[in-house]
Amino acid sequence: MKILVVDDEEDVKSLFEQKFRREIRAGQFEFSFAFSGEEALEYMQNHPSEVVMILSDINMPGMSGIELLKRIRTDHPSAPPQVMMITAYGDAANHDQAMQLGADDFLTKPVNFNELKEKLLLL
Amino acid sequence: MHFIVAFFLVQFAHSAMQHTDKLPKWANFFKYARFYVLGLVAIYYIGRQPEMFTWVWNLSLLGLLWFFYKEEDFQPIRTTVQSIVPFVGVSMLSDIIELLFPKFHKSYDDIFGMAILFAWIFCFVIWFYARKQQKVLAQERRDRLRDEELAREQKQSLEYLVAERTQELTQQKEELQKAIEELKATQNQLIQSEKMASLGELTAGIAHEIQNPLNFVNNFSEVSVELCQELEEEIDKTGIDDNDKDYIKGIISDLSQNQQKITHHGKRADSIVKGMLQHSRASSGEKESVEVNALADEYMRLAYHGLRAKDKEFNAALVTDFDPTIGTVNVLPQDLGRVFLNLFTNAFYAVAEKKRKLTEAGQLGDYKPEVKISTKKFDNKLYIRVSDNGTGMPEHVKAKIFQPFFTTKPTGQGTGLGLSMSYDIITNGHGGVLEVDSLEGEKTEFRITLPIA
Repeated sequence: MKILVVDDEEDVKSLFEQKFRREIRAGQFEFSFAFSGEEALEYMQNHPSEVVMILSDINMPGMSGIELLKRIRTDHPSAPPQVMMITAYGDAANHDQAMQLGADDFLTKPVNFNELKEKLLLL
Repeated sequence: MHFIVAFFLVQFAHSAMQHTDKLPKWANFFKYARFYVLGLVAIYYIGRQPEMFTWVWNLSLLGLLWFFYKEEDFQPIRTTVQSIVPFVGVSMLSDIIELLFPKFHKSYDDIFGMAILFAWIFCFVIWFYARKQQKVLAQERRDRLRDEELAREQKQSLEYLVAERTQELTQQKEELQKAIEELKATQNQLIQSEKMASLGELTAGIAHEIQNPLNFVNNFSEVSVELCQELEEEIDKTGIDDNDKDYIKGIISDLSQNQQKITHHGKRADSIVKGMLQHSRASSGEKESVEVNALADEYMRLAYHGLRAKDKEFNAALVTDFDPTIGTVNVLPQDLGRVFLNLFTNAFYAVAEKKRKLTEAGQLGDYKPEVKISTKKFDNKLYIRVSDNGTGMPEHVKAKIFQPFFTTKPTGQGTGLGLSMSYDIITNGHGGVLEVDSLEGEKTEFRITLPIA
């Protein structure tokens, strides 16, 4: 299963790679990383219909996670990927907006990796 | 003739004196003068009108004249009195000539008679004129007196007005002074709450900025622990010498422990950051109708049992004085609950500390830790007091307790955010007032005032 992680913090890459070391080794998950919304869109353009799951931060410089979500929902109506938003601001307004725009799930930072792992394995 | 002149002269002087304040002094004189004149008239008629009696009259008149001239008090009537001089003079001259030259007198009897008559008439004309003038003067004096009376009345009413105005002004001044004092107090309060608000915002802002890096610290240290475990498992699979294996495992174990310490302290920092973030969330949520008494009671017990769980020795008397008329009030229940929890936790901490210190000093005596809550509804306001007979605090501590991160508790036991957040919740969240009173070593009392819409 191909998962695209979108976050402006580059350390997220090594964190995910280490946290999901066993799953990556076993071939369960395949992670790709984009460090901005624009980069994420570009990646999806180059790898159409590959990404099954997108994990995106909301607060990013440039294109925000919410904008990215909007673009994904309009640009890729066919074979839509699952989108899970992750943010430090776990307030109701943020949550409602994300869900309304078609997010599949909503997580608050700090991410509980065990919970995330379970959710990913369910797919 | 002489009698009439003398009589009117006395009468005239008497009436003239009536307008001055000297009358009482001369009252007797006038009485005797009248008796004297009437006496002379009586003697004159009893003595069958003796010829020489005109001498007595003339001398008496001269006496009166001299008397009026001599006394300062009669100064105003002197001019009028002078008018009798021609009459007395002509009369005496006529008498002297009659005595010395009876023949001459007899032949000019008519002329002398005429002269005396003219002098006599002259007297009365002058008197009549003087009387008229006197009347005019008296009228003027009365007018003046009336004017004076009027002026005095006006002055009095003006003075009364002035006194009234002065009183009004003094009252206004006092009111203004009071208003200024109130303004100053309000200003201080505003500055204080503004300070607190900006500190709160700053705190929340800092918390947001810290949270992201802190998450990485925690996540990476956690994953490092997992990596150490994996490494340990992998080591077993290799054919390294057991001694070396143990040494390597020892290092891995140390590394793992270090990572756990990082996680532990990272979590500590995380809970502080969470507390800071609650600052910005203080005003979120909806107001609900809540039984404040029940809420306070619940959190009092919660705080008490929270402390009991950590310290089995601890106990304190819980005193409640609830106003049953309060009923339900519109508040942010979770936020207000947090305030209660903070206040009670601090109160229980204070009494526990005092007990501990007294026990250490061996002076426990009959100290009974007591934490009290009282509520009162009055004039559309809700008054809540949380008091304890614990350690109290000095002035310089009292001045800082609502500032974020200020704590008197040992490191790790308090974040210094409880009261700062409570302050925020009460003032910004509920538009109320949170105040504190304390006596070092004796007691502390927190007062919450909430407006009831």
